[in-house]
Amino acid sequence: MPDLVKVGMADYKVGRAPDILISYGLGSCIGISLYDPQTKIGGLLHIMLPDSSKSRSNENRAKFADTGIKDMLQELISMGAAKSRLVAKLAGGAQMFAFANASDIMRVGLRNATASKEILASLSIPVVGEDTGGNYGRTVQIDLANGVYKVKTIDKGDKEI
Amino acid sequence: MSDDIASLSPVQMDALREIGNVGAGNSATALSQIINRRIDMDVPRVSIVPLEEVPELVGGPDTMVVGVFLRVYGKAPSNILFLLPRDSAFYLVDMLMGKKHGDTQKLDFMDESALMEIGNILSGAYLNALFNFTNISLLPSIPALAMDMAGAILSVVLVQLGQMGDHALVIETEFKTEDDGIKGHFFLVPDPGSLEIILQAVGV
Repeated sequence: MPDLVKVGMADYKVGRAPDILISYGLGSCIGISLYDPQTKIGGLLHIMLPDSSKSRSNENRAKFADTGIKDMLQELISMGAAKSRLVAKLAGGAQMFAFANASDIMRVGLRNATASKEILASLSIPVVGEDTGGNYGRTVQIDLANGVYKVKTIDKGDKEI
Repeated sequence: MSDDIASLSPVQMDALREIGNVGAGNSATALSQIINRRIDMDVPRVSIVPLEEVPELVGGPDTMVVGVFLRVYGKAPSNILFLLPRDSAFYLVDMLMGKKHGDTQKLDFMDESALMEIGNILSGAYLNALFNFTNISLLPSIPALAMDMAGAILSVVLVQLGQMGDHALVIETEFKTEDDGIKGHFFLVPDPGSLEIILQAVGV
């Protein structure tokens, strides 16, 4: 039986097949998975904010796209994943409430998605699946047996990326 | 800032609890008058919670809820979030729109508007009480509504707090109608800098 491993907000979990990593109720947050299809080692990271250098509180590195992705990457490599084989998928980054004069903080979902992709690009990790934006929550999970990343929503349907 | 939150004294926690009590009491009275039912209110919980645990207060991050969100402007900027489990929101709409219990199965434009107005009235009542207590004048934005997973809706306030620390100070009150048909959670989440201003105003 595969283990269902829960990933909380501002946290990441790594594992290997047949684990399934799941994170519930993402709004503006992003669920970023890294997966090595050969060794079937992978991880899921649930970030809240784009950039650790712009925050007054950055002790929890998994809260941010920049530090979180790098930490998870290191851990995957130490488990035996090859950086050259890793592929990334990401989902989330919604804007839950629409305000006419949306401030920066309201658009943090978009900034999270942009920052995540920039960091992955700078690490030369290809993004092979993405489902970001919109105004609805998502529950995301990655099955480490096959790398399938599932996105569930309340009334916008479910999809695999 | 998270250090400031973590170092609140028992007297300060009591003062915040009292603010929650008076504010939510006022809101509950307003709601009770609108729907013409008695509303029971729990003693407010004032808690300092790690950000990732806040969704557990309302049943977990994937619980289906209706959320009315208002940004609060003024000397002590804050966020207000009024969360109702989906069935409670539907029942409340039944009452507001003069429908039979169980008629509402999804929210149309009018239903959403009615719930936002409730959020508006409750927030106004809450902030009025807060003003009487602290003499800090606070104005709510227009309300916004979403029906979705609790984690996703709460992320709106948690992200703002996440920039400053890893904990949230949550002043939370649970409302219930007598028949348990409607339950709701009213959250006041002061911005990190606002807490100090509120505490100074009450002199603790």
